[in-house]
This record gives sequence, structure tokens and C-alpha cells, in this order.
Amino acid sequence: MKLLGTWIAGLPAYLWSGWGAVASLLMLVAVWEAIAAIYGPLVLPDPRSAFQTLHALVTSGAAWPELEATARRALAGFALSVIAGSALGLAAGVSMTASAMSRPVVTVLMGTPPIAWLVLAMLWFGASDGTPVFTVFVASFPIVFVGALQGTRTLDNQLRTMAESFRLPRRMMFFDVYLPHVVSYLFPAWIAALGMSWKVVVMAELLSTQDGVGAALAVSRSQLDTAATMAWISAVVGLLLAVEYLLLEPVKREVERWREPHAASEVDQ
Amino acid sequence: MSAPALRVRKLHHAFARHEVLDGVDLDLEAGQIVALVGPSGCGKTTLLHLCAGLLHVREGSIDNGFSSQAFMFQQPRLLPWKTALDNIALGLAAVGMARAERERRAHELALRLGLSAVDLDRFPHQLSGGMQSRVSLARALVLEPQLLLLDEPFSALDVGLREELYRLLLAHLAARRMGVLMITHDLMEAVRLSDEILVMAPRPGRVVGRFTLALAPGRRDEAWIHRNTARLMQQAVVRASFGLPARSADAPGPGIEELAELVPARPMAAVVPLGRTAGRC
Repeated sequence: MKLLGTWIAGLPAYLWSGWGAVASLLMLVAVWEAIAAIYGPLVLPDPRSAFQTLHALVTSGAAWPELEATARRALAGFALSVIAGSALGLAAGVSMTASAMSRPVVTVLMGTPPIAWLVLAMLWFGASDGTPVFTVFVASFPIVFVGALQGTRTLDNQLRTMAESFRLPRRMMFFDVYLPHVVSYLFPAWIAALGMSWKVVVMAELLSTQDGVGAALAVSRSQLDTAATMAWISAVVGLLLAVEYLLLEPVKREVERWREPHAASEVDQ
Repeated sequence: MSAPALRVRKLHHAFARHEVLDGVDLDLEAGQIVALVGPSGCGKTTLLHLCAGLLHVREGSIDNGFSSQAFMFQQPRLLPWKTALDNIALGLAAVGMARAERERRAHELALRLGLSAVDLDRFPHQLSGGMQSRVSLARALVLEPQLLLLDEPFSALDVGLREELYRLLLAHLAARRMGVLMITHDLMEAVRLSDEILVMAPRPGRVVGRFTLALAPGRRDEAWIHRNTARLMQQAVVRASFGLPARSADAPGPGIEELAELVPARPMAAVVPLGRTAGRC
């Protein structure tokens, strides 16, 4: 609740600080437009027609079911990987042997391209939701796992002894000593995993499902409708940017205020 | 009811096969400051951790009659995700004191220890090393412990800061009858603050010399401290413990009789528990 309050209170200042980011995004759009002007609309439609198509898709209501299906799959896979990755990673971090053993496995998981998992998933789950959800899960699980593992491995012995010397009860030991430290590793891992989920789900849908943004992309590709293709890409990227910069980044700043190297209150001396 | 005291008898401790403490005896009464001096690796920290209950006693006994204690470490060891105020109030929160009350106490003590209200809202990384040490000292003192255990807490600070924290500590102790057991490898620090100095020698850790200082710590001036530190440095047990070459026999140093204020309480050959005569250790 308190977090929500500070989030809302800090939003205007945060948004104002985002002008630089907006400017660089607009630069990107300008480059896009320049390339479109050179190569013509068949290779790359200009931004205006892409955004017009997107606008039409949104106002006609055609975009929402697809985006909803994609979001549902991405979030389902993401939630699974957060739950399993956090729990297993924390458990593995407690034991030296388990963390040593899991490291190569995680490297293998991270090194395997998501497309390989997708092929396997299509064999196992067919055209159901299971295919994209599984692919998303496998792709983002190792990220969360490593974050949780490092969080537990790096717990500070000195702080633990200090806490013991002050006879901290078990509950405080967990909430005031262990949890903040672990969360400072977990939270960035979750954010990275969310970005990964969002990318992988579109790829999985493109090859395996009948609905969702990925499937819509496949249709627009087969119709050589580049404007629609760019419209869908803009929608997906725009949503990710919105979630990351409007929701996660401010929360992260608030949660990790204590580790900011230069905080605001350094002026009075 | 007698005043609380800490009594350590025939304490042995080993990590695996490595013997760290070999038969240590120690007495600390309420209101007394005892300094453990010795070179690194002589088991000082182990002894302190045993007294604090951070390690289990294997052999010998520790009878801790003090009802409350606080530990101050060599490094500040503050929780980086808590503000200075919450760090100070940590021990009070551990005993379940209400937030308003513990913040009031932490705030009050912190101001007396030279922290400002602005500092208290900051996170540890925003504070200088000296300020962090003050927070750490406040975290220990705010508990108003009967027994205070200090593990070289001032060794990383510059001279000016150290002197100031000594002053603050002594002023705080004067008002309360608190027992203090402190570790230091700085003889001058020991002479400045303590009522009794125990000299420890390494491999295995044991007490090889005891000296009492008669003058109250608050009334010692610089000259007194320098004079007595120099005298302590010339004691054979101290030189041997720190691995210094023994003084050549013909250089006449002040004899023990001449040390009016610095009394070797119990020379090594006849170490006996305070107030008793029975038993050799």
C-alpha cells in the first residue's frame, strides 16, 4: 500500500525525467521513416501507415483478443518460471553441493536456443496453449534460478553474526536480514525474465498457435502486409516498454533505494 | 543480591584440531572495563564471541550474570537496506518494543552521539565511515545493556574520531554501571579506557599478564596515558606476547614498584581468580 502511494506520488517526476528516453525513441522512428522513404512501403512501411493500421486494429477491437491471448501465455509461463525458479534457486543456494551441481545444468538451459525448446514443445503439447507457455517457462526459468541462487550464496556472514548477537527473533531474521538481500537479487532477475517471456511468446505463437500476436504476425507475413506486421511489432514492443518503465522500473527504484550509489539527499553539507 | 558479573573459568576452545584458547580465566564486575590486548590470532575474538554466546562453550565455564548485553563489531555491520534510525533501533525491535517508543529512544541517543536528524533518515552507504561507527555504537548503547562487548570497534577510525567516540563512550558509561569487555591490539586504547588489562599470548591463546589501572578512566589525561602506555610496553610479558625483542637486561627500566598507577595485578606465575586464592589455573 505504501509502495503504491510512493509509486503514484513519484510518477510525475519520473515521467518528466523520461523526456530523454522519449527523444531517443523518436529518433528511432525517424530513422525508420528515412529507411521507409528510401526502400518503399513493400520493404518497410512508413511509421505513419504502421501506426494507422495499429489504430484501426485497436479501434475495430481486433487487436485486443490477440494481445490478451499473448499476454495470458506470457504471464502464465513467466509466473511458472518465477515460482519454480525462485523456489529451486533459493533451495540450491542453501547447499554448496546443490549450487555447484546446478550451475552447469543452468548453463545448458541458458545456452539452448528457445527455438529448440519450441520444436520439442510442439511435439509434446501440439497446438494448445501448452506450447508457448512451456517455451516461455524454459527460456526464463534459468534467469530467475540464477538470480535466486546468487541471492542466497552471497548472504553476508557478518550480518548474520551481528543479527545473532542482537538476538533477532526468527521472524526478523527472515524479514529484515535474509529477505531484503535475496530480493535485491531476485527482482532484477524477474524483470529480465519478463522481457524474455514477452519475446519468446511471440516467437512460439508464430509457429504453433492460431491466435495471439505471433499468429497475427504469421498471417500478415503470408499476405505480405508489412504495415500490419509493423503494427503488431509496435504493439508488442510498446506494451513491454509501458510495463517495464511505468510499472517495474519505478517499483524497483523504490524497493532498492538503499543501494542507489548517489541518492538525492547529498546536497546539505 | 550481589552485583552481576561475568566469570570465565578454565575456558578451552578449539576449531577442529586447532587449539584457540587454553585455560582462560576472566572476571568482569558491573561498572568495570576490562581490556583484552594481544597480537592478532591470540583468540581474543573467539573469547569475546564465547562470552556473547555466539559460540558454544565446549570446555570450562562462562557464568554470565548480566541480564542484557550488546556487541559492537570491528566493522559497523549495518543492515544496508535500513535507515540509520532503523539500524539503531534494531535491538529494541528484537525485544518487541513498539515502533514509536524505539524510534524515540534511538533518536534521542543518536543526537547525543553526534548524529543529526538528517543522518538518521539516510541509508548506511550514504554515511561516512565515522557516522557509520556512531550508528553502530548507538545500536549497542540504545539497549542500555548491562554488559557491553567491544571487538576493536574503533580501530579503523582516524585519531580525531576515535578520541571523540572514546569520550562519548566514557560519558555514557559514567552514568551507568555497565560492565565492558573490550578487545584491542592498541595498548594506548587499553590504557585510556580500561580498569584492568589482560595481556594474551597466541598459540594457544591464554592470558599471560594482568594489570590494573587505579585512576578512573574519565580522569586520565594525555600525559598519564602516554606514560603508562610506555610502561606497559616495557613489561616483559607484553613484549613477549607481541613478539617484540626483549629489552637488554642492563637497560634499567622502571621497576614494577615504581609504577604507581600501573600495577601488575597478578603476575603470570601466580594468576588467581579475583577474590579467591584457591586453585591454580
